[in-house]
Amino acid sequence: MQEMIISKKQIASFLNNLIRQYKVFAPIKRDSFVLFGEIHSSNEALLNFANSKIPPKEIFFPQSERLFAYSLTSGEAKIKEPLPVEKRLVFGIRPCDAKSLVILDSVFDGETYKDVSYADRRGKTLVIALGCNSPSSTCFCTSLGGDPFSADGSDLLLVDLGEEYVAQVVTERGREFVEEQNEYFGGVGGHSLDAMNDVVRAAEAAMKPKVKVGEIKEKLDDIFDDQIWSSLSERCLGCAICTYLCPTCHCFDIVDEAIDREGERVRIWDSCMFPLFTLQASGVNPRPTGKERVRQRIMHKFSYFVDNYGQRACVGCGRCIKNCPVNLDIREVLNSISNR
Amino acid sequence: MKNLTTEIRGIAKKLLEDKRVDLIVGFERGTLPLRSTPCFVRRSEEVRRLIWNASCENNLARYLPKRTEKIGIVAKGCDTRSIVGLIQESQITREQVFIVGVPCSGMIDRKKVDATVDGKEIFEADERDGEVILKGRDFELSVSQNELLHNSCQTCSNKNPVIFDALVGDKIEEDGKVDEYKDIKEFEALSSEERWQSFTREISKCFRCYACRNACPLCYCQECFVDSSQPRWIGKALNFSDIAIYHLIRAFHTAGRCVDCGACDRACPIDIDLRKLTKKIEKDVQELFHYRAGMSVENIPLLATFNPDDPQEFVR
Repeated sequence: MQEMIISKKQIASFLNNLIRQYKVFAPIKRDSFVLFGEIHSSNEALLNFANSKIPPKEIFFPQSERLFAYSLTSGEAKIKEPLPVEKRLVFGIRPCDAKSLVILDSVFDGETYKDVSYADRRGKTLVIALGCNSPSSTCFCTSLGGDPFSADGSDLLLVDLGEEYVAQVVTERGREFVEEQNEYFGGVGGHSLDAMNDVVRAAEAAMKPKVKVGEIKEKLDDIFDDQIWSSLSERCLGCAICTYLCPTCHCFDIVDEAIDREGERVRIWDSCMFPLFTLQASGVNPRPTGKERVRQRIMHKFSYFVDNYGQRACVGCGRCIKNCPVNLDIREVLNSISNR
Repeated sequence: MKNLTTEIRGIAKKLLEDKRVDLIVGFERGTLPLRSTPCFVRRSEEVRRLIWNASCENNLARYLPKRTEKIGIVAKGCDTRSIVGLIQESQITREQVFIVGVPCSGMIDRKKVDATVDGKEIFEADERDGEVILKGRDFELSVSQNELLHNSCQTCSNKNPVIFDALVGDKIEEDGKVDEYKDIKEFEALSSEERWQSFTREISKCFRCYACRNACPLCYCQECFVDSSQPRWIGKALNFSDIAIYHLIRAFHTAGRCVDCGACDRACPIDIDLRKLTKKIEKDVQELFHYRAGMSVENIPLLATFNPDDPQEFVR
């Protein structure tokens, strides 16, 4: 892997220069929380942050996305489809979130199905990830095969060494980018590489896997009818916080919103935690209570998704843990199941 | 707080052993500092899971509607008022619940804690003599617990349960002097344009997770109006009108019933100031009808009754 150095003194100028060429998304502060938003100037970017509240999946899979608009005028229907996006760049995404893009790719940009708007956004976005020097106690990427400095899903991975970043070139696209922006990147010396290795080792040491997921799929497939699901799900409120804040959750609904003769078809995030999710036209609901829905959530992420796409649909980012109003902790759920 | 925990466990154990209840709903220790989590105990050996401290912020009455068991429920002042509301509205019977009332001097707002430490992670937190000691990677701060309480707790005038079968600990002296509508009065004093800007700004953040609705003990409709498709009252996309209407209608649906427990506000993951709406409605209810929700099971729900003296300025 090729490594370069970019000095922190250069970052402002680097970002401002990029803003001229790309639509740049970076972590920004909105009131009391961080999210990935478009920046128009480098000083809007917040680089000293743990992780965003809203995951960056929004940049590729917006919560409310117009698929097309229509208007009806005497005998004629005019359809307006959205324009393709321009070239974009997301700066400062964490390795867990970069990995989540790989997981979303298997659904939206895979071999069998290609979601036009997701593929357009994904193909046109350069991903610059920022490794985690100080993982939070709610992070558990290493329990799921991830790493605070994993390059999976990014084009370039930055390692923060205090005064400078080491930039690891991950993909061909990342390499072309570094060449294109070569005035900002310099060669990396031995002491920087040593410092980088120290930072990486320290972070990894702080994140010994603590969540038992080794045989979770086999266990889950075995305990579908077990009464453990009643106790695990009893306090769940059935809201969509865990779903919307999860970087890998991707279920959606399609609605038609119209007034008189004008309207639009919109794709919106949906959640399996909602009662309506599996409500059939007949009135039957195969997941009638929270118990079935919580069970489904866990089984989807750790069993069905594995069957369908060969990977678990969780990156261990910890957002669901931090934001659940009743502190329903997925780590506890997984450990309880593993110990059953 | 340790004594309250012991008392609660003792009461719970006896209730389960005597088969006075089938289930105890209380709190147990959470997985993060300053958090606890709702706990459902059915066996008397398990009562030692139950705890009580300043992180027990959820309104457990939310778990009562439509249950058929006999339930022992641990309830703060505001929670007991919600239970009264649910009994008034026939969502649970008085006989079904054994209310373990706990006089409460306030719950800690983790959003305020977050702001105090500038979003940095807290590894450990201890409550000691009215102070909260917050420890992180490279800091240790001592903050007055009162400063960290939820806004609804800081202006609370119902610290003591209004209904209970057992009272845990000692009654707390109510502070009759605090003006619980101070923030609302300030909001009312703003111009119409300023109020609209403030409301728009807050509500635009909403991304329809429905945590507010689902955390509320009074939102128990079989089919919520947002999920109705025939007719479809409001859209589901992130359109400002739809978002605003959702919040306005939910606030009106709780008019005369909301006790300002703050559960909606606490559940919101993106810190929308929901109490601006709900508290304003509660103030209007107080001023127009001299009614306070959830004070007695004998009361008739406000909007289910009519009094000839009711204000009628709209009739001209």
